[in-house]
Amino acid sequence: MPPSTQAKEALSARLMRTPGVLPALTFAILLIVWEASTWLFAIPTYILPGPSRIIGGFDAVPFTRWMEHIWATLRVALFGYVVAILVSLPIAVGLAKSEFMSKAFYPLLVVIQSVPVVAVAPIIIVVLGTDDAPRVLITFLIAFFPLVVSMTTGLRATPPELIELSRSLRAPAYREITQIRLPFATPYIFSGLQISITLAVIGAVVAEFVAADVGIGYFIQFSTSMFRLPEAWAGLTLLVAMSLGLFQSVGLVQKLLMPWSLPPK
Amino acid sequence: MARAPDAITFADVGQTFATRAGPLTALSGVDLAIKRHEFVAVLGPSGCGKSTLLRLTAGLVEPTAGTVSVFDMPVTQPRDDVGIVFQQATLLPWANVEDNVAFPAKHMRGRISKQDREIAQDVIAKVGLAGFEKRLPRELSGGMQQRVGIARALFRNPDILLMDEPFSALDALTRDQMGYELLDLWQSSPKTVLFITHSIPEALLLADRIVVMSARPGRVIADYKVPLVRPRDERTLRASEIQDLASELRDLLIAKETN
Ligand SMILES: Nc1ncnc2c1ncn2[C@@H]1O[C@H](COP(=O)(O)OP(=O)(O)O)[C@@H](O)[C@H]1O
Ligand SMILES: [Mg+2]
Repeated sequence: MPPSTQAKEALSARLMRTPGVLPALTFAILLIVWEASTWLFAIPTYILPGPSRIIGGFDAVPFTRWMEHIWATLRVALFGYVVAILVSLPIAVGLAKSEFMSKAFYPLLVVIQSVPVVAVAPIIIVVLGTDDAPRVLITFLIAFFPLVVSMTTGLRATPPELIELSRSLRAPAYREITQIRLPFATPYIFSGLQISITLAVIGAVVAEFVAADVGIGYFIQFSTSMFRLPEAWAGLTLLVAMSLGLFQSVGLVQKLLMPWSLPPK
Repeated sequence: MARAPDAITFADVGQTFATRAGPLTALSGVDLAIKRHEFVAVLGPSGCGKSTLLRLTAGLVEPTAGTVSVFDMPVTQPRDDVGIVFQQATLLPWANVEDNVAFPAKHMRGRISKQDREIAQDVIAKVGLAGFEKRLPRELSGGMQQRVGIARALFRNPDILLMDEPFSALDALTRDQMGYELLDLWQSSPKTVLFITHSIPEALLLADRIVVMSARPGRVIADYKVPLVRPRDERTLRASEIQDLASELRDLLIAKETN
């Protein structure tokens, strides 16, 4: 093998071994190409602002105002997310434990899920007013279905032998849920929790698009209507960061609390 | 002197399940009596109702005909003196060996007491896993996991041990090893064992009696005493006196699988 090929392979092997380096490199190259092409082809900022212009967009409003926007969106997203968890858990237990419940209510859930929440959002705002309540409801509606599905699937995935073991011990019935079914469902529940948290951010933004005077979604819409695109992109960057951060946090919670539920390395 | 009660009796037991495709008769007219501390192996084609036989004994299903009794009492619900070992160890992946073995205590009473831990350590040592108490199931081999499954069944010191093809998921060598260890266990603390298996050598090595079941609807079509002295070991299966029995069993099972 010629030495140059060998060196190349050694380098790529090293890049693969060090976690995070490869994606960071890809990302950096993308940013450079992006920035260069906006200058090179003189792309107008309302079509595609380069990264440097987007960073400039952050100067549009003071830091404290950014914090208000972030907090407004984060608060609604998290609130709706928690409500979605609290509502979906008992529903999932019911669906998993009883075929009757499953037959009776699952179609209804599918119907609710099939309603385009974006289209219902204005109606909800009219009915519930313009404070947090309608926004939380919209967030909840977008975030809860994947949770119900993943929790139900998880609760049903318990090995039947363990259910028989539970029955053979004549233990109180709730312990079958708390000591066997729920812990067995955690890998499923966490994948649902990760999908749902990003949906919750989408829900909060959708609600702000319809009616709000604060929040990142509101800010993006406002900036766009004023043709201040770099600012809108700055808001979008924050949303992506928020979604990613929340997604990673859920994964971290799983890693810390339930390491056994992750696939073995 | 009064006759000692049989450990397990099936009197004209039938089991019909309601399924989507209509009623399915898994067992019909099963008669069988198992003495206390007898080791009985059950052979039979797949789907002939062997597992159902165990579930009936465990009180997990009620027979649709006849009576299943344990120590002369009709079984109406699960009993404390019956332990079950499944084909897969089915351990709790988040709990270490000791917590898995003591799980019956935690499940029944909500917590594991100091005394429970002592019992757990004792049975863990009995199945040869001393020193592995704090390991998680995924750190153990298949054979070791099934030892934990056996230890969990022994935790409540049952008089009756129901084993549903417990070694069939293991590789051949581990399987033989587990068989010898089970014999040692059974000899040092005798129990009534109802042992389901697909392996004729395994049945011959372990059991006092071998019961053969027909294809579905399952019933008992043959019942042999195994003419081998104990203790048994590697040489046992080569003994000339069981070659006829082995081929007879083979003929019975092959006939059942093909027709
Ligand atoms: N709860 C149940 N509902 C419906 N059918 C069942 C149920 N349990 C077992 N069966 C059926 O009864 C037959 C015997 O099952 P099983 O006892 O598991 O057989 P084996 O253990 O001998 O393979 C099979 O055809 C199985 O599909
Ligand atoms: Mg079976």
